[in-house]
Amino acid sequence: MEQGPGGAAAGGAGLLLPLSDTEQQRYSELFSLCCSPAPEGGSAPAPAAGGSKVGDLFRASQLPADTLHQITELCGAKRVGYFGPAQFYVALKLIAAAQSGLPVRIESIKSELPLPRFMALKNDIEMRYGNAAEILGVKFQIPHPILEKNSFRRSDEGDKKQETKSPPMSPMCSPPASPSNYQRIPLSYGYGKSRSKLEQPHGVSYEARHSTHQQDGPATGNYGSKSALVHSSLSRFLSVESEPQDSSNYPDDPWRITEEQREYYINQFKSLQPDLNSLISGSVAKNFFTKSKLPIPELSHVWELSDVDCDGALTLPEFCAAFHLIVARKNGYPLPDMLPETLLPDYLQPASLKPKRDCALLDSYSESLSVSQQTRDFNRTELETVCEDPTNSEPLILFDVATSIVEPTSVEEMPDKSALTQDANSDDNQALNISTTTKTIPKDFKPSQHLSVKTVVQESNTLKARPRSRSYSSTSIEEAMKKGEEPPMPPPRPQKSHSRASSLDLNKIFQQNTQAVKSGWLPPPPALPPRPFVSQQGPHHVTNTESVAQAKSSYVEFRLKEQTEQVSEIELHPQMNRAPSQTEESSPMRKEILLTQPPSKPIRRKFRSENQMLENQELTPTSSVTSSLPAVKPHLPAQNRQSSKQKRAIQTAIRKNKEANAVLARLNSELQQQLKEVHKERIALETQLEQLRPVTVL
Amino acid sequence: MAVCVAVIAKENYPLYIRSIPTENELKFHYTVHTSLDVVDEKISAMGKALVDQRELYLGLLYPTEDYKVYGYVTNSKVKFVMVVDSSNTALRDNEIRSMFRKLHNSYTDVMCNPFYNPGDCIHSRAFDNMVTSMMMQVC
Repeated sequence: MEQGPGGAAAGGAGLLLPLSDTEQQRYSELFSLCCSPAPEGGSAPAPAAGGSKVGDLFRASQLPADTLHQITELCGAKRVGYFGPAQFYVALKLIAAAQSGLPVRIESIKSELPLPRFMALKNDIEMRYGNAAEILGVKFQIPHPILEKNSFRRSDEGDKKQETKSPPMSPMCSPPASPSNYQRIPLSYGYGKSRSKLEQPHGVSYEARHSTHQQDGPATGNYGSKSALVHSSLSRFLSVESEPQDSSNYPDDPWRITEEQREYYINQFKSLQPDLNSLISGSVAKNFFTKSKLPIPELSHVWELSDVDCDGALTLPEFCAAFHLIVARKNGYPLPDMLPETLLPDYLQPASLKPKRDCALLDSYSESLSVSQQTRDFNRTELETVCEDPTNSEPLILFDVATSIVEPTSVEEMPDKSALTQDANSDDNQALNISTTTKTIPKDFKPSQHLSVKTVVQESNTLKARPRSRSYSSTSIEEAMKKGEEPPMPPPRPQKSHSRASSLDLNKIFQQNTQAVKSGWLPPPPALPPRPFVSQQGPHHVTNTESVAQAKSSYVEFRLKEQTEQVSEIELHPQMNRAPSQTEESSPMRKEILLTQPPSKPIRRKFRSENQMLENQELTPTSSVTSSLPAVKPHLPAQNRQSSKQKRAIQTAIRKNKEANAVLARLNSELQQQLKEVHKERIALETQLEQLRPVTVL
Repeated sequence: MAVCVAVIAKENYPLYIRSIPTENELKFHYTVHTSLDVVDEKISAMGKALVDQRELYLGLLYPTEDYKVYGYVTNSKVKFVMVVDSSNTALRDNEIRSMFRKLHNSYTDVMCNPFYNPGDCIHSRAFDNMVTSMMMQVC
């Protein structure tokens, strides 16, 4: 492969490109990187190099666009429009030349040039490792038995990532390392997919693992054994060191809760349980998590994972872990079988300590932060732009900036941090295990979902998430409510004669009145329909009698008298109001009163006994009216009729209002009666209870 | 150690039943079913007075040629039935008790899950893992 492409490149381009070994290896690495899905030789599945890995790779070289264009012209335009190995190699050579400052010419690449440097995506690792290039490069390539296993497990998912890293690493490697790098290529090549760029910024540990894994196979033949031992120890450090950083601050680790996520979870916890130190009960949590609309078995599994102490309630860290798992699941990550270490309550418990831990790491890693951070940020932005976010459309956050600082530095400062890593070995091992389990997540999900998980964190995301949760609540609160235990049915209220709800329904009132009458109550007379008739003046008593007759027809006769009396009484009341102003009108009314008074008197007394308030009120006006009657008698009808017609309407309205008032007053009295009776019953029961209760209190 | 582990609900329907080897599953299902009669007999034999003191571990329900059946009942009348291979003579009563205790603890954890409705089949992975750990020892 090395020789072939190199020769082909030279021959194909019509030049005798002297490719050094390192160049050959590098180029073949890059070539294999770029042409992973199309091993037949095209550098990209699509002929257009710009949109594919080749284009990305070229852009990663950080050359100006026109330079890249020139390069593509020089090397590829001659061909049939795709980047075959020859064109690719020529292009790489030209890129190297351009980066060295030489003009982009075919002639310039004839000379020995340093390897092209690709900055962004793939090469952040180069940058990181730039400080200790050779050592690191060698380290990466060292086979490590422990890591092999992990890398094997993760080979399916992670090799994609690995392959991107391997090429970048190679240039940084010293010549002895390059063969190993090269060796790595075929292995990584086999796994490659288009994810390579996306997976670029995966932790150093991945690289280390993969490199070791890959190195293992071919590398043994390539290395001198003496270096191997040294490298193995160093790589062990590398991998081990990278582990904690991976697990602790790895931005793509879906099982790590970032600060923004944590704040969001804490706010949600507060919404359920204001005291942060106490527990959320199972049912409350169930209702809450049901809003996420995940299937119940999955929610059950989430609970199983997160409720570590199995007490049926969630503490704050447990809640954060559960929420995080649900978020991850919603973003497509399958649920792990074991709770990731980063979600353990012990890990999450010192919520305030977590940033401190990061700070500590940051302090230790402060030196190489800047460069690596920049590259990481760049990578991340690239990733974000490239990665699809099916669930969220919001821009992805660089929430890892703070946390990821550790990551890039991890490799560089490996030798320095050996002490730290040794301390954290146990965590690392756990992290290894966890990361391996997490790596079982389907590859397709991982890169995009890393970021999609991140997106949840973003403020805009949180803002949307909060309304999302509200939207959950709008729909699934009802479900939750249904699911939740329904409060026991309140004891059936005694309805019976409680007519408050329908108090203004006159028909009901009448019916109630009739019923009340039957039950022995003596409610105040409603006398509503006859009333308007009563208001008429001329034919008043006629109408009154008619109304009375009507009333009789509709009511029990016993009631009728009451009604008429009520009508008259109520009429008297409004009429009393009007007495000073409408003497004419009142006169016929008074006539009626006179007429009705004698028969109503005995009934009125009955009312008095029961509805004292109403009757008293009504009696007084009647008495006053009667007193005024003789004075009014001389004036009469002739003038009244015209004005009465005018005022009839007003009076009817007033009477209706009065009727309504009377109805309500009657209801009030009825209810008061009932209340009195209930009180009496209660007192009776209490006395009975006291009698029955044994006197044991001493 | 166990060849078959079953969790039977109060109404005598299985909440969880798992056996290895899997080819004779039906036989184990039948065995568990018939053992329920013995369980009920033992429970009733305790009498009302002993309800509070009734021991949860019922002991050997009945032995057969190939295997022995042990029973355990909780206070909520949920029964655990375990079938062990007769050839495994090293199994002591205490070990069986400890296995039942583990089962009971795992079952309690399943119950604590608010998403689990009592009466549903048990699909908890933790429970499965625990049962597997108990049964894997046979192999």
